[in-house]
Amino acid sequence: MIEKKIAGYNVLCNEQGYLTEPDQWNKEIGLELAAEEGINITDKHWEVLEYLRNQHKQEVAITIRKVGKSGIVDIKEFYQLFPDGPLKKASKIAGIPKPVSCI
Amino acid sequence: MENAKNKPVKKMMLILSKATIENVYACFILANGARMEGIESEIFFTFFGLEAIQLKKLNNLHVATVGNPAMHLPTMLGGLPGMEAIATKMMKSEMEKLDIPPVEEFLEILSASGTKLWACKLAMDMFKIKEEDLINDLDGVLTVGGFYERAEGEGTHLLFI
Repeated sequence: MIEKKIAGYNVLCNEQGYLTEPDQWNKEIGLELAAEEGINITDKHWEVLEYLRNQHKQEVAITIRKVGKSGIVDIKEFYQLFPDGPLKKASKIAGIPKPVSCI
Repeated sequence: MENAKNKPVKKMMLILSKATIENVYACFILANGARMEGIESEIFFTFFGLEAIQLKKLNNLHVATVGNPAMHLPTMLGGLPGMEAIATKMMKSEMEKLDIPPVEEFLEILSASGTKLWACKLAMDMFKIKEEDLINDLDGVLTVGGFYERAEGEGTHLLFI
């Protein structure tokens, strides 16, 4: 575990940059993490991030299929919002652990 | 491993030649998993693999209960009527628990994720399958040469299933 300063906050993350304590997350951190991934956050991005954080809080295993059925985005949009590995990227920006699902 | 780091997998070209459900799912999960990692992926459906994209057949694919030692089922029992259907039903219910979608939905997910889906021209001619028999999400019909052309570039891997 590494202690890192993101957007002025001290947070704990793993060596791949995923926050290990989702409660340490806030929107400013999300913005900076998104910028690191080259993503300009829109309202739609926030909606997806909130959804992922809620799912994580409820201890639901997150999959692309679930995101596609969330009613927030379809799978195509999800790939457009977070290009090149949407579930991983979105989880990282949302401050939740890296998804372990293969689907 | 330093060398491997500099040469990441960029594209997976999967060839699906079988229609048993375990092979179809292996192929789909590899293709989808690639997209989830930011890797391009394409599937070439050939021979029996074409069943997985035929509208009339794709929802009725089965697991093989005969000639499949991993079923741990005596061959004679595996051949009994209805055995494949039972084994398939069990497998499908286990997959649903893991949020693995049915074949039709999986194809839609793959297409939406940017996986290219190609049908093999020669196999279509052989089985007398027309393009209208195949799913709408199909990206087209290709010859082997056409498929290899699409595999051009560094970091492409081909996989035969």
